[in-house]
Amino acid sequence: MKTYVNTGNKDTRSGFGDGLTELGQKNPNVVALCADLTGSLKMNEFEKNHPERFFQVGIAEANMMGIAAGLTIGGKIPFTGTFANFSTGRVYDQIRQSIAYSDKNVKICASHAGLTLGEDGATHQILEDIGLMKMLPGMTVINTCDYNQTKAATLAIADFHGPVYLRFGRPKVANFTSENGEFHIGKAVMLQEGTDVTLVATGHLVWEALEAAKTLHEQGISAEVINIHTIKPLDEEAIIASVKKTGCIVTAEEHNFLGGLGESVARTLSQHIPTPQEFVATQDTFGESGTPEELLEKYELNAASIVKNALKVLSRK
Amino acid sequence: MADIQHLTNLVSQVRRDIVRQVHAVNSGHPGGSLGCTEFLVTLYNEIMDHNPSFTMDGKNEDIFFLSNGHISPVFYSVLARAGYFPIEELSTFRKLNTRLQGHPTTHEGLPGVRIASGSLGQGLSVALGAAAAKKLNGDTKTVFTLHGDGELQEGQNWEAIMYAAAKNVDNLIATIDVNGQQIDGSTEHVLAMGSLQGKFEAFGWQVVIIEKGNDLTSIIAGMREAISLSRKQTPVCVLLYTEMGNGVDFMMGSHKWHGVAPNDDQLELALAQNPSTLADY
Repeated sequence: MKTYVNTGNKDTRSGFGDGLTELGQKNPNVVALCADLTGSLKMNEFEKNHPERFFQVGIAEANMMGIAAGLTIGGKIPFTGTFANFSTGRVYDQIRQSIAYSDKNVKICASHAGLTLGEDGATHQILEDIGLMKMLPGMTVINTCDYNQTKAATLAIADFHGPVYLRFGRPKVANFTSENGEFHIGKAVMLQEGTDVTLVATGHLVWEALEAAKTLHEQGISAEVINIHTIKPLDEEAIIASVKKTGCIVTAEEHNFLGGLGESVARTLSQHIPTPQEFVATQDTFGESGTPEELLEKYELNAASIVKNALKVLSRK
Repeated sequence: MADIQHLTNLVSQVRRDIVRQVHAVNSGHPGGSLGCTEFLVTLYNEIMDHNPSFTMDGKNEDIFFLSNGHISPVFYSVLARAGYFPIEELSTFRKLNTRLQGHPTTHEGLPGVRIASGSLGQGLSVALGAAAAKKLNGDTKTVFTLHGDGELQEGQNWEAIMYAAAKNVDNLIATIDVNGQQIDGSTEHVLAMGSLQGKFEAFGWQVVIIEKGNDLTSIIAGMREAISLSRKQTPVCVLLYTEMGNGVDFMMGSHKWHGVAPNDDQLELALAQNPSTLADY
């Protein structure tokens, strides 16, 4: 088995912030907008270095999305920053009409996604955002797994023309992908080859999938682990090739099982190669207050749950 | 000096384009379109420095955003008559595979349109972004917008209005079509908005009032005044008082013709009141 080393837990939002800082120096067309959450989004450095290219809009996310759309007219590349909930559901129609339908080159950067925002509870935890965004024609949807990958993705989306939803989070999670690694939008990353079961994960559950593969290995089960950082467009070829070998699959995400990665994978498989699948995801529920660790335990979004579901799907082969 | 006769001819022709487009597909919004005909004709032919060889970025030219996208018939006619696309294309309005969608969109690549609009209340925010891009680019041209008065009931406008003053956006001139009507009746009846002048001034805007919003000379004077007030650290608003359905007598003075097309007889009546001056499409 390949070994992946956690070089120290780090928050993915800092990967975004550091990527944005670098972009500020590299690309004069990059501008940033924030709705009163500069510290939470780690946008302070960009604001300090480029005050003329930073737009503090106040607590007015709808206006922020419109301003971002307008900034593209004139060649700017706007990065908006707020929590995932306020980046999607709150401003869905603004994104739909002024950004997606208008094909504007806006990068919607969303922190504090999922349950792991923690104690603030369900008003701030969104588990529907991947579904909302992937439903929009022309929208690219990315959910990165660790600090290094979030930084790489932040840099990569500036060079890609078109609207992008970049999803990341607040908690410090394992940082294990290579530093300064390249990020290829829409390309799955094979982390661990295996023959018995495919584990496809997105976000910080990729690390949990690697942990699950270790446990399964100890039980004599060979798990293949794939990091799907781009949910749309989905790397269907990678998923189909994997299940051709393994014959069953588990998807894992910090998102509702309706509308998330799991559903995208299920659609691909049902069209091309019907395959038993289990879903590690929230079960059509809102979140609640608690520490991130407690919430991941209660809602079964961890390595143990991936192992349990792998055993279940193996029994269905 | 403005060539009022030329503008008057254009107005008559654009009115014909509006009712003919809407009649042909038995759908669309003639009332608000007719009410804003003199304004948009003046804007594109007398006020803005713009280039019909369209580029999306619109660098070093004045640019316009239509926020109340349902008045697409007048927007399309004025753009076509200004040379953005062939006037014959007006015959495709709202038909399958057209670039002239029911509400304006960039999706089909129609020259002259820089943002989709129709879902109301979004245009001012977009204009703020475009105005900011112009400043970053060292572009000294102006961003113009048009909004319905009923549209101001959408909350996003007030986010944008607050932002514009707070951030000294002074290369933007936003015009409100104050026709006092919306789908369900008068704005006074549906959701009274109080004093628009008072509201804009309280938010820190300079306000120009054009009382005769269907009079070419008044529009030219008012818009020139608005331009003279721009670039002074505050945003500028024009309250343009118009008559919905202007130029077609049976469509005036009512909200009834907001989204209703004329029948064959009504079309003839409307056309009889507006002679063809530059040839129909």
